[in-house]
Parts: sequence; C-alpha cells; structure tokens
Amino acid sequence: MVDVLGGIMQALQLIFTGDATLYGIVCRTLLFSGVAVVLATLWGTPVAMVLAFKNFRGKTIVKTFFNSLIGIPTVVLGLFLYLIFSKGGPLGFLGLLYTPAAIILGEALLVTPILISITTNAIEAVDPDVMNLAKTLGASESQASLAVLKEALNGFLLSNIASFNRAIAELGVALLVGGNIVGLTDVLTTAISRYTQRGELDFAIALGLLLMLIVFAINILIIAARRIKLLFEVWRSPQ
Amino acid sequence: MEMHTWQKLLIVAVLSTIIVVSSTIVYFNHFAKRRLIISTTTSLYDTGLLDLLEENYEASHNVDINVVAAGTGIALQQAQNGDVDVVLVHSPSMERTFLERGYGENRKIIAYNFFTIVGPTVDPASIAGKTVQEALRCVVNYGRNLTDQSGRTKIWVSRGDNSGTHSKERSLWEIAGYNYTLISSEPWYASVGSGMADTLNVADQKSAYTLSDVGTYLKFHKDGVISLSALITEEQALLNVYSVMAVKSSIPANQSIHEQINYNDAMDFIKYLVSPVAQQLITDYGKEVYGQSLFFGAVQPLTTNMPLPLVDWIKSYAFFNGSECPPQYRNGFPELYP
Repeated sequence: MVDVLGGIMQALQLIFTGDATLYGIVCRTLLFSGVAVVLATLWGTPVAMVLAFKNFRGKTIVKTFFNSLIGIPTVVLGLFLYLIFSKGGPLGFLGLLYTPAAIILGEALLVTPILISITTNAIEAVDPDVMNLAKTLGASESQASLAVLKEALNGFLLSNIASFNRAIAELGVALLVGGNIVGLTDVLTTAISRYTQRGELDFAIALGLLLMLIVFAINILIIAARRIKLLFEVWRSPQ
Repeated sequence: MEMHTWQKLLIVAVLSTIIVVSSTIVYFNHFAKRRLIISTTTSLYDTGLLDLLEENYEASHNVDINVVAAGTGIALQQAQNGDVDVVLVHSPSMERTFLERGYGENRKIIAYNFFTIVGPTVDPASIAGKTVQEALRCVVNYGRNLTDQSGRTKIWVSRGDNSGTHSKERSLWEIAGYNYTLISSEPWYASVGSGMADTLNVADQKSAYTLSDVGTYLKFHKDGVISLSALITEEQALLNVYSVMAVKSSIPANQSIHEQINYNDAMDFIKYLVSPVAQQLITDYGKEVYGQSLFFGAVQPLTTNMPLPLVDWIKSYAFFNGSECPPQYRNGFPELYP
C-alpha cells in the first residue's frame, strides 16, 4: 500500500527546505496564471463594458454565449488549441506549441468568459444614476464610464480572482499545449500528474499541498474583498 | 471623435498579446539554447532513464532537450504533425507504418527488455510458470467462469491507449487465438485508456492481471505503490524493443510544416544514443536500486551477434526486411549502419 503518512512527511520536508524544483514550478505557475489573467482582463473588460453599457440586437445571445463558455472543459480547449498551434495548424508557423506563451494564451482564453460574465454583471449592478450624475456634472463619456467602473471595483476584483483561481487549477490546456516539459512548461497541476505517474508521490503531495494553499489563500482574499466592500458601504451610508 | 475607454483598453490588450507572442518567438529563436523536442514512450520517461540520458547529453552539448512524454501512438502522431524532432518508441509494427508513410528516417534500435504479465500474488487464474498463450487462455477461462458477469468484476486491465504496450497486448491476444475486439468487450476486461502507472494502479486495486513493461513495474513495486507480482517474464513473445527515429525535415507534400524540424541535433542525439557511453548508461540504469537492469543496450548484441537466441528474437520481432532500417528509410549517416 501507499505510505500516505510518510509521503506527507517527505512532502513537508520538501516544502520547508525550499526545494528548488518545487518552488520553480510554483513560480512558473503563478507567473503563467498571472499574465493570463492580466491579458484576459485587458481584452475582457472592453467586451464587458460594451455588453453592460450598449444596447444592441442579440445582446442576450452574446451574454448567454459567454456564460455557457464558463464551463468549457479545459481538455477540450486544450485539444482545440493544440490543433491550432501544431505546426500543421493555422498558427503553427509561430512556433508557439510547447512554449510558455502557448499556456499563457490558452489560459487567458480559458478565463475570458468568467471574467466577462462577472465584470458585466458587476457593471450592470451599479446604479444607472451614477452614469447620469457624472454626465450632468460635466464628465465626458469616457470619464463617466470610468466612474461606473470604480463603483464596480469589487465585482471587477472578484472576476480577476475567480479567473486566477480557474487558471491555476486547470490541467488540460497546460498539458496539451505546454507539453509538461520539465523546467519550461510544467505547472503545479501538470507536475502533480507527472510525479504521480512516475510514482514520486512525495513530490506530488508537496505540489498538491502548495496548490491547495494557494487556492485557499485566493478564496480568503475573495471573502476579505467582500468584507471590505461591506465596511465601505457601512462607512458611506450615513452621508 | 473622442476615443471610448473600452477602445483604449482593447488597443492595450492587442498590444500586450502581440508583446507576449513576439517576445516568445524572439526568445526561442535568438536567445534560448537550440531546442530538441523529443516525444517519448512513457516507460523510458517514468522510470527516469531519459532524465539521466538528457543530463549526460546536455552536459557536453549546447542544446536544450525538451521531453514530451506520451504513449507510442500519440508520440508518432505528434511527429507526423511536425511538433517534435525525435521519437523514442517501442512498437515495431507502428514504427514500420510511420517509416513507410514517409514521416521518419534513420531508425536505430537502442534498447530492449521484456514485458511482464503481472497479477495478484494469489494468482487466482494460476498462470504462473505457463507460456503466454496458456496464461492468456487461463485468464479468459477464469473470466468467463466468474459468477459475477455484470462487468463489475474485472480480472484483466488494459492500457487501451494505443501505446506500444497496448499494441503488444493486442498481438498477444491474437497469438493466443482470440479476436481482440471480441475479447476486449467481454465483461471481465477493463480498458483504462491511460499510462502504465494508472493501469498498474487500477490492476492493483481490482486484484487483476495486466501486461506491463518491466521497468515501470519494478519501480512501482519497489516503491511499494503496488503489490502485484510478476508472474510471467522473459519469454520470446514478451520481448520489448525500443527504437529511435528522426522526424523527416523534408516531406514533399508538407514542406512548410517540417522545415522547422531540428534535424541536425536530432541526428546528433541519435548518434549519442547508440554510442558506447549512452549504451552503458542504459544497461546500468537502476541496477543498484532494483537489483537488476530495467533496460539493456541493444547496439552491442546486434553488432556482435551475441547472445544468440536473443539477437534472433530481436531480429524476427523488430527488423524490417532483415534490417533495423532498410536503406530506403536512411538518409546519410552510413556510420550508423555498418
């Protein structure tokens, strides 16, 4: 049988001795997921703003489309991107397959629907009077939308944290377009899968513990963000 | 007209994407060491042998070896798409098709070992000590006479992933006189569709039999991850031969795909694998830890024709038209084929 306790002890030893391979994987994971979320925010926020501010035909269809894409299985997206980035595929000439950029772009695409949906909802939840008031006070269209975005800041943060959560915990995209190459494209999830395959369970357990730690920390952040919003409203209400 | 906030953001987004993509392209083309992407069968990777060879090779070469581990079927598919430069595989029949269709060249047999049929130590179908054919018949009889035919009780677990091991398993069922499609749909037969490690774990949990490469089995057995016993070993029918092939850099029909193949480093790595240094590393790997070699270098036996029954087994199993790489599939490098 597997020696679970021994595995956990060895894992803790790896974590506390600051094993270079282990923390290399953690840093890569945080970097890839972080850049992916930044990219997704940059191209997702404009879409969310258009969806929230403008009225056009088929708006509900677009929103439903993004909402249903939230649940796309990562391995399906991974396969799809593999076919695109493969040398025989439409973007094969870029030579991105099995590079960090492929993972970053893949994860950015993966989290875009979550980001758009949550941000759109957050902007829509802002009182329409904010926009009107800003305009009455002489704000330009651009300044008025910024004022609304500021009001939706908590929802905006929530969308970023949820996206990061999804990016860091996904396996399919990183495995299929990254190739799980040691020291280059292996991230927490793919490395856990590799070390389990290889029977090096102490490493797998250590990586698993760190991944859970990161995910817990993120969720505590979400709760904290909500608390802050609550405090903010309490503080503002007497005015 | 004044620009909207969202328009500005969108421009920044497009620019950032371009920066990420182009910096990657520039980095890998100009600053990183040359990349040699190897697609390998899982057994060479999961046992750690390839890590050792990679380290030894990179110490004296200015090349960054990137290993992508997959079953033989997937490895050959990636090579066909032009996504890798070298393939390390162990399925002579699939390798032959690969060469015939013009995707690879300069094949060299680098190592061999034996598959082993593993199962619960109590051996309910009593296969220990039998030949492979007899053993498979015992497994089938045992499976068909189970009281539970609902499909919940599994006594044989298969890789089911089109890997080298899976293709060997298929051929063993055919040799034993069974139609693989029919056998694999019987209720006692489980197909995992995954790597050797998963398959061994499932077989262990279900107390079932399976076909495994000896390297992965020994590693998992030694580490105490599984308690299955090796019941049939070292028989001609269980021979396992590993080969290396370079992915062709010029395919008339698909020139654009393959012109980015790192052919020179691929050939250099193949020459390294058949060198005495690498062959010794292969044979010695794991001896200390497991008390026996996990793999054996195949170059010396094939050049010296010793030891005899083994060389004949390799030739009849893994040679095509009496050669490890018939002349029409070679491209230069006469020193590889003395």
